[in-house]
Amino acid sequence: MSTTGVSTGRERRPAIQGWFTGADGDVRLLGTRCASCGTPYFPRNELACRNPRCAGPRDGSELEEYAFSRRGRVWSYADSRYKPPAPYVSPDPFVPYTVAAVELETERMVVLGQVVPGVTVDDLEVGMEVELTEGVLYTDDDAEYTVWMWRPVN
Amino acid sequence: MSTRDIAVLGAGMHPWGKWGRNFVEYGLAAARTALADAGLTWQDVQYVAGADTIRNGYPGFIAGATFAQALGWSGAQVSSCYAACASGAQAIANARAQILAGLCDVALVVGADAAPKGFFKPVGGDRPDDPDWLRFRLLGATNPIYFALAARRRMAVHGATLDDFAAVKVKNGRHGLANPNARYRKEVTLEDVRESAVVADPLRLLDICATSDGGAALVLTSMDFAKRHGITKPVRIPALSTVTPTFPKTVLDLPDFATDSAMAVPEPDRPFRSALPHAAYEEAGIGPEDLSLAEVYDLSTALELDWYEDIGLCEPGGAEDLLRSGATTLGGRIPVNPSGGLACFGEAIPAQAIAQVCELTWQLRGRAEGRQVENARAGIAVNQGLFGHGSAVIVTA
Ligand SMILES: [Zn+2]
Repeated sequence: MSTTGVSTGRERRPAIQGWFTGADGDVRLLGTRCASCGTPYFPRNELACRNPRCAGPRDGSELEEYAFSRRGRVWSYADSRYKPPAPYVSPDPFVPYTVAAVELETERMVVLGQVVPGVTVDDLEVGMEVELTEGVLYTDDDAEYTVWMWRPVN
Repeated sequence: MSTRDIAVLGAGMHPWGKWGRNFVEYGLAAARTALADAGLTWQDVQYVAGADTIRNGYPGFIAGATFAQALGWSGAQVSSCYAACASGAQAIANARAQILAGLCDVALVVGADAAPKGFFKPVGGDRPDDPDWLRFRLLGATNPIYFALAARRRMAVHGATLDDFAAVKVKNGRHGLANPNARYRKEVTLEDVRESAVVADPLRLLDICATSDGGAALVLTSMDFAKRHGITKPVRIPALSTVTPTFPKTVLDLPDFATDSAMAVPEPDRPFRSALPHAAYEEAGIGPEDLSLAEVYDLSTALELDWYEDIGLCEPGGAEDLLRSGATTLGGRIPVNPSGGLACFGEAIPAQAIAQVCELTWQLRGRAEGRQVENARAGIAVNQGLFGHGSAVIVTA
């Protein structure tokens, strides 16, 4: 499985359950999709399809599991040069990080994610192809907590 | 005169700043100033609409009652509302609906805030089912990150430069110099912006608006009441829009993790930010060509450029040329943010949309000393908040 960040030998746990999977090294965002109109949702929507013109029952029964395509193109990107407030868990000292908004061609939507450590805004361009991976968001005494991250292809 | 007109008889503000006092004090000062400006007393007010602040404890959640109590319980009808940055506009909308329905003649609208230092953060406590909490936890997606994503996109798609962004700050800095309610009244140079620290690349400290304390209030009445009160040509509000986005919402916005998908339904003709003024133009029966000025929500310098296009001052991609031509500077064809905007005020969330209408009122009365737009006849104030709230208010002479 592809990973990033320095491994500390601690147990790895997703920072949030059910939003992404790293099974078989194939990291994907997990969400739901309306079986009736085809609209995919991330983060997962289990309540009711939100397309107001959807012909489905719109009671949640139309929403099925959906794994998103794992490649897209950078819609925009930015970084954070200052330590954000909690609940962001920041290492001490603070390490700047980069965030990318990525356009998924199939799903026709833009999804945010941190970019893998070491990749800065100078390495990115709007339109650049990126793929999904998993990286360490923060660490405590028990475990390394992972989250989905974007990284440039090649 | 449209049957949807209401009169703005009074406008008042407590100056923006970091005063370190309770928000109620700012709201009270603004309310009293607005009442005096209208030549009315608190006893004349039949309806009070408060715009809520969520960062000042329970009194902030029920701001209408908090201000009514501070002014002295009088038995007036009261409401409180929260709509993020559009809270003030919704309070105006509530008062307007009461007046137009004939339920009251005189309404007071008040919003005030005492803001924390630094980045806005989610309200306290662990809330892993709240997207506003999760965006900080999982992404570190602060407000400046969202502003920076929009700014970078503008650079890539429309060729905006860092100096264009800086020029917005320089312009607004000059506009606010003579505004007694502005927090920052200091000339800013291109060099100052260029040399300020990068907060969220490509935006620097001086590209991003601060958070401020402040209070603003309006006295709104029916047109008949204004006439009976001896004001034959009051400044009017003929239109106010608070429309939601239309599915699929394809522009990334705070606190989203993702946009809606346009897979099943194509993107709407009008994205959210341009749908807001469009609905207001339709209601008022005027268009952008009729405007004398605009107050737009410049949370960042780059966002002011987006607004030029959203309110129809130019075609998409034309904002940089419009800015460079000087048209949006005082003395130009269509001055934008003659008050100095958020660049000079910093954001006092529930007061800000009310403050925008105060500025339009003074401009249309010809009383905006040191920053007056010549022969101002009509203006628009626009605002975008969190979670799909936003507003557009049209004010005419
Ligand atoms: Zn559906």
